[in-house]
Amino acid sequence: MAQVRITTPLTDEVVEKLTIGQQVLISGKIYTARDAAHKKLVDLLKEGKPLPIDIEGQIVYYVGPSPAKPGQVIGSAGPTTSGRMDAYAPTLMGEGLKGMIGKGSRTKEVIEAMQKYKAVYFAAVGGAAALIAKKITSSKVIAYPELGPEAIHELIVEDLPVIVVNDIYGRDLYQEGIKNYAIND
Amino acid sequence: MREINVQSIIETVAKLCTEANYFLGSDVLDAIKEAKEKEASTLGKDILEQLVTNAAIAREESVPMCQDTGYAVIFVELGQDVHIVGGALNDAINEGVRKGYTEGYLRKSIVGHPLERKNTGDNTPAVIHVKVVPGDKLKITIAPKGGGSENMSAIKMLKPSEGVEGVKKFVVESVKAAGSNPCPPIVVGVGIGGTFEKCAYLAKEALLRPVGEQNPLPDIAKLEQDLLQAINKLGIGPQGLGGRTTALAVHIEIYPAHIASLPVAVNINCHAARHKEAIL
Repeated sequence: MAQVRITTPLTDEVVEKLTIGQQVLISGKIYTARDAAHKKLVDLLKEGKPLPIDIEGQIVYYVGPSPAKPGQVIGSAGPTTSGRMDAYAPTLMGEGLKGMIGKGSRTKEVIEAMQKYKAVYFAAVGGAAALIAKKITSSKVIAYPELGPEAIHELIVEDLPVIVVNDIYGRDLYQEGIKNYAIND
Repeated sequence: MREINVQSIIETVAKLCTEANYFLGSDVLDAIKEAKEKEASTLGKDILEQLVTNAAIAREESVPMCQDTGYAVIFVELGQDVHIVGGALNDAINEGVRKGYTEGYLRKSIVGHPLERKNTGDNTPAVIHVKVVPGDKLKITIAPKGGGSENMSAIKMLKPSEGVEGVKKFVVESVKAAGSNPCPPIVVGVGIGGTFEKCAYLAKEALLRPVGEQNPLPDIAKLEQDLLQAINKLGIGPQGLGGRTTALAVHIEIYPAHIASLPVAVNINCHAARHKEAIL
C-alpha cells in the first residue's frame, strides 16, 4: 500500500491531506504521555499555568515502553489503549496538538474536537512493539520524571509506521473498516 | 518421593518469563502467516506482515514482542510424589518472576493494591494456579497476560434453556463489543459449565492450548469452528481496522454444570498469545 511521509511539527496544510486508511510514516520529534501525564498537563491548564512542553503542531504518542536494555535507545514501545486519554485529549487539541498515536476507538467528543481543531488520530499496530522501537532514534525524559515509564519523553522518530484512523473530516476507520468487511447472513 | 529444590523452580520461572515474552510460539506465528495469505483487506495484510516482522525482531534481539509484558499467570501441575525443598512453592515462583522481569528488562505492570495503585516494582505477585496430579514431575506453564485484552473479558450465567445458541450469541457479542481494543487478531478462550469461578478458569486454561488445536470432543470442536467463522464474519479484522482476520482461533473448555446453571466465560488474548512451559 502507498505510504505518505510526514515530518513534525504538523501544519493545517499537512493535516488536511490526511485521510482515513492511509499508511503514514512519521519522522521528527514527538512526545509520549499516558493518563497520569495527561492529567498533570490538563491540571496545569486549568490553573492557567504554562505547559512544560510546547505542543503546538506536535504529536503525542500514547505509550509506556518496557525498560531499555543496555545499548538500546528505548525498550519495546507499542501503543496503549487511547480511550483512557479521551477525557484530556480535546483540551490539548485546543492548545495546538495536531496528532495522537495510540490504539482503539475514540469518543464522539474527541472525534468532534479533531474536526474543530484540525487534528488527526493515528493507530500504531498494537503489539508491534519491537518493530516500533527500531524507528525511535532518541529518547529523553522531558517532564514528570517521577512518573517513571509514564513520564513525558521526547522521542525522535524516523519513519514510524502508523495508520490514519480519524481525519479532520469526521471519518472513523474503525467504523468504516468493519462495515466494509462484515458479512451479514 | 522425589525432591525438587526451590532454586531450580526460581531459575525455571525466570527463564520462562523472558522466553515467553521474547519468542512468539510457532503455533501463533504460523496462524498469523496463514491468516495473512487469506486476508481480504490490503491494510489488514500489511498489519499481519508487521506482526510477523515484529516477532522476528523480538526473537533476534531478545527483546519483548510487546511492551505490555503482562501479568505473570502461572499454572503448576504438581506431581503428588514431589517434595519441594528449600522453601515455599509460591515464594519460589514469585522470586522467579521478580528475577525474570528485572533481569530480562520486562515491564513491571502490577500495582500492589487495586485501589491505591502503587506499582510493586518487580511485577510480583504472580497469579498462581496449582493442580495436584499423579506422578513425580513438576510442570510449570507461564502465560503472561496483557491488560488491553484481559479488560475485554466477560462472563455470564445463562439460563440452561438458552443452550448452545445462547452460548454462541454471548461469545460473538463479547468479541464484537471488544472491537479493536484487545489487539486483534485475537485468540478467544471460552469456558462453558462449572461454577462462576470454575468457568472463568476454564476460559483462561483454554488459552494455553496451542493455537488451532481443537478440543478432543467432536461436538465442542465443531462449536469452536462455528464460533471462529461467526467471529470472522464480524469484519473487525487486524487491529480492528476492518478485515476477515478477527480471531486466529477459538478454544473451548467445558465442565459439568449445575442443573440450574449454564455459565459461559470469554477470556480474550491479543495476537501475542504467549505461553511457555517446562517440566522439572
